[in-house]
Amino acid sequence: MITPEVRQLAPRYDVVVSGAGPAGMAAAVGARERGAERILLIDREREAGGILWQCIHHGFGLHHFGEELTGPEYAERCLRQVTDGGIDVLTDTYVYDISPDRTLTLMSGSHGMRQVRAGAVVLAMGARERTRGAIRIPGERPAGVLTAGLAQKFVNMMGLLPGRRVVILGSGDIGLIMARRLTLEGVEVLGVFEIMPYANGLNRNIVQCLHDFDIPLSLSTTVVDIRGRERVEGVTVAPVDQALRPDMSRAHDIACDTVLLSIGLIPENELSRRIDLRLDPVTSGPVVNSTMETSIGGVFACGNVVHIHDLVDFVSQESLLAGRAAGDYVTGRRPPADNIRLLPGDNVAYCVPHTLSTDREHVVYMRVRKPMEKCTIRFGDVFSVKVRYVFPAEMVNITMKPKFLENFHGDSLRVDVVQR
Amino acid sequence: MLYDVAIVGGGVIGCAIARALSRFRLRVVLLEKECEVGFGTSKSNSGIIHAGHHAAGGTLKGELEWAGNRMWDALHEELDFGFARNGELMLAMAGDQLPVLEHYRRQGIERGVTGLEIWDRERIHREEPAISADVVAALHAATAGVVNPYEVCFSLIESARRNGVALLVDSPVRGIARDGDGTFALQTPGGAVPARFVVNAAGLYSDEVARMVGAGGFSIHPRKGEEYLLDKRLKGLVRNVIFPCPTPQSKGILVIPTYDGTLMVGPTATFVDDKNDRTTSAKGAEEVFAAVRRLVPGISERDCIAEFAGLRAVADGEDFIIGPTAVRGFVNCAGIQSPGLTSAPAIAERIVAILKDEGLAMEPNPEYEPRLRKRVRFAALPMEEQARLAEEDSRFGRIGCRCEQVSEREILDAIHAGARTLDGIKFRTRAGMGRCQGGFCTWRSMQMLSAELGIPMTAITKRGGASWIVCDREEGDAA
Ligand SMILES: Cc1cc2nc3c(=O)[nH]c(=O)nc-3n(C[C@H](O)[C@H](O)[C@H](O)COP(=O)(O)OP(=O)(O)OC[C@H]3O[C@@H](n4cnc5c(N)ncnc54)[C@H](O)[C@@H]3O)c2cc1C
Repeated sequence: MITPEVRQLAPRYDVVVSGAGPAGMAAAVGARERGAERILLIDREREAGGILWQCIHHGFGLHHFGEELTGPEYAERCLRQVTDGGIDVLTDTYVYDISPDRTLTLMSGSHGMRQVRAGAVVLAMGARERTRGAIRIPGERPAGVLTAGLAQKFVNMMGLLPGRRVVILGSGDIGLIMARRLTLEGVEVLGVFEIMPYANGLNRNIVQCLHDFDIPLSLSTTVVDIRGRERVEGVTVAPVDQALRPDMSRAHDIACDTVLLSIGLIPENELSRRIDLRLDPVTSGPVVNSTMETSIGGVFACGNVVHIHDLVDFVSQESLLAGRAAGDYVTGRRPPADNIRLLPGDNVAYCVPHTLSTDREHVVYMRVRKPMEKCTIRFGDVFSVKVRYVFPAEMVNITMKPKFLENFHGDSLRVDVVQR
Repeated sequence: MLYDVAIVGGGVIGCAIARALSRFRLRVVLLEKECEVGFGTSKSNSGIIHAGHHAAGGTLKGELEWAGNRMWDALHEELDFGFARNGELMLAMAGDQLPVLEHYRRQGIERGVTGLEIWDRERIHREEPAISADVVAALHAATAGVVNPYEVCFSLIESARRNGVALLVDSPVRGIARDGDGTFALQTPGGAVPARFVVNAAGLYSDEVARMVGAGGFSIHPRKGEEYLLDKRLKGLVRNVIFPCPTPQSKGILVIPTYDGTLMVGPTATFVDDKNDRTTSAKGAEEVFAAVRRLVPGISERDCIAEFAGLRAVADGEDFIIGPTAVRGFVNCAGIQSPGLTSAPAIAERIVAILKDEGLAMEPNPEYEPRLRKRVRFAALPMEEQARLAEEDSRFGRIGCRCEQVSEREILDAIHAGARTLDGIKFRTRAGMGRCQGGFCTWRSMQMLSAELGIPMTAITKRGGASWIVCDREEGDAA
């Protein structure tokens, strides 16, 4: 694999990108496209590429590279662009601190503690998985309760199995992928249990990872008890009512040795908090404008650190934009400031970016709160699109052309998803 | 080898006794049934060094709580496990609770507790703005503090071992025989361990251990306490340990700024039948969050990152049972429920005195070294110091646990200091204790354990026994 090593760290860079997953790699490439000269791409792992290395399944790249790739193939493509662009990659290094004047303190296995100044910063630290504590599953605390992503690391990177009889709680995409992966490894996957009345992963994963392998998916059902003193011995699952309260009279026990959790991702915003970026309480990520700039000028953010994506392709596209904007920032090109705020309305959880400018074309990413069929997505009364269905699990992206906004004179635009 | 003293149980009590005895020229062994010390009640509690005014007068608890409290500064000075006297506030939420505050104030003063003060609302809100507007008054106790209780156990045993105490883990005592000359033989799966004196510090099982030699006559009832750890986002929300007015059954449900600064809320208090019942429950969570929200409204379930339950070893009559028994040479140290952690150093001294009375000759150990080398807590150091260390050893520059900023060097040191399990690393270094709960660092800690201990990944456990983490692809290879 390609890991270009930075031998000498400069005290100053045009653009420093924190996190070398798909988001950070695309951002670095974007900054280079716009003429940023000294670019430093940092990652705490020993290899750039982020979570992609452990995603050995297919399904990446259709939108961004126009062909279907595995995670590692996707990572290699991105990395090649990074090396071709002459971007400095510094791995085994942790961005320890950051100050509003864009001085970054780095803790590096190879360089020790160092400080670098950046003309612009791009935050691309990705996300972490929600854990058992976050949803307080009652019961004992044996070994064998772990997140789907950690299980994926064990299986795909270390050749080890997380257990032999597995129950999966939550129908997030990583859990679905792992249901298939473990089945292929000869592990018994007893079922996927989802507390909501609809699945939380992409439909294609439900079909290809569960249906094709006869793995049952139980909706409106949750794990109400975990048993086992040392290692998991079993769980109790129960259906829930509309208020998500379990109906214990219909609970039943399942013997298993492992519980995988696929209950959502949370943007990793440790650094964003250090500099007091404005955060959106719904996404748990920074509030960004149409150039992916945060509430502090010269600090950009992209990828899962801003909001959770379901496809890496969209991460790359959003991040390319952020990187280009960072490049513009350091080369002194400033696009006109945004003049429209997007307000999430009926059945809209959030929109990213949070603001738009009437002079350019934008892609607006959004998520709905609940599934809906035959509906219309309305941007105030200036623009609307009809869609067959929406799901909270599938991010909606809409291209806003300047012409839609030509005759709009307000300063905020409400976004609603309504039944036709 | 014939030991002078065998201690059964390596909780904070057994470890404190072991260390106190290591001052003398004695052959001492500590037998612990789990794979590391402190894995019983002593790691699952609130970690509060109680101020000294809580337990009623005329009880051992009252006497030893205050005596223990005063010993923590010196202990910390020697062992550096992390201890801060951050104070406690007992809140009166209605006028009729004012006499309760006064009762505790007086109880403390009679015992000699210093720094007790009634605060009015204005003072409370000046010092602790997050406390509910409904508060009427509070009793402030400056002598209260917090520790990380597991770190106390680890450093006590490390110090004891450096001074010659033998530690046998994975060694449950299953029976105790006594031969003609009065020597005890403690039966463990690894063989019999002979000793002239035995101290029973077996926590929840101290009734069963006492019965092995016919020194029983009491029983231990487990009283469960559930606790909930909150995200470090709330760090600093309160500085003092926040108590409601206590009831006769319990000190109530508290808001605890842990030694590391993050908040913990709990514990509940319910008797259970099973000494292994460490389950948490939906009901417990509800009770805890409802109770603490009345005291500090800014706390919510949404910030919960982990939970656990601990079992208090409650003896009949609720007081500690400490003393010699009808069986000469066999000393009980049982029923050590709360404030057992607080009292531990004082209990250990009491046991030393009892053993002397029982006829154990005690000569000072000329090589006794009370101090442990200061442990590096990388995340807490000033940046210049961190930079210097990272320069010196690149393993300080590699962050193993990103949530708690624990360096790989600290994880390595923990393994060299005796950690054999993931929990052993976690409770020594905090790696895996943060908001991702080990999602990112578990595999790295496992790799390091595997390399340092020379064991395969499949032999690594969370906390010993059958708590394996991963298995091989072939059937039947699970550790
Ligand atoms: C929820 C909760 C909160 C608390 N909060 C506080 C607080 O804030 N402040 C305070 O002062 N106190 C507190 N306490 C009380 C405190 O935790 C205990 O008093 C203290 O930990 C007791 O220590 P121990 O060594 O007696 O017990 P343990 O830690 O249980 O140690 C006993 C040990 O003996 C071992 N053992 C048992 N049987 C055998 C055998 N046959 N052979 C070998 N080994 C054996 C066990 O494995 C165990 O390690 C709290 C307790 C709980 C449950």
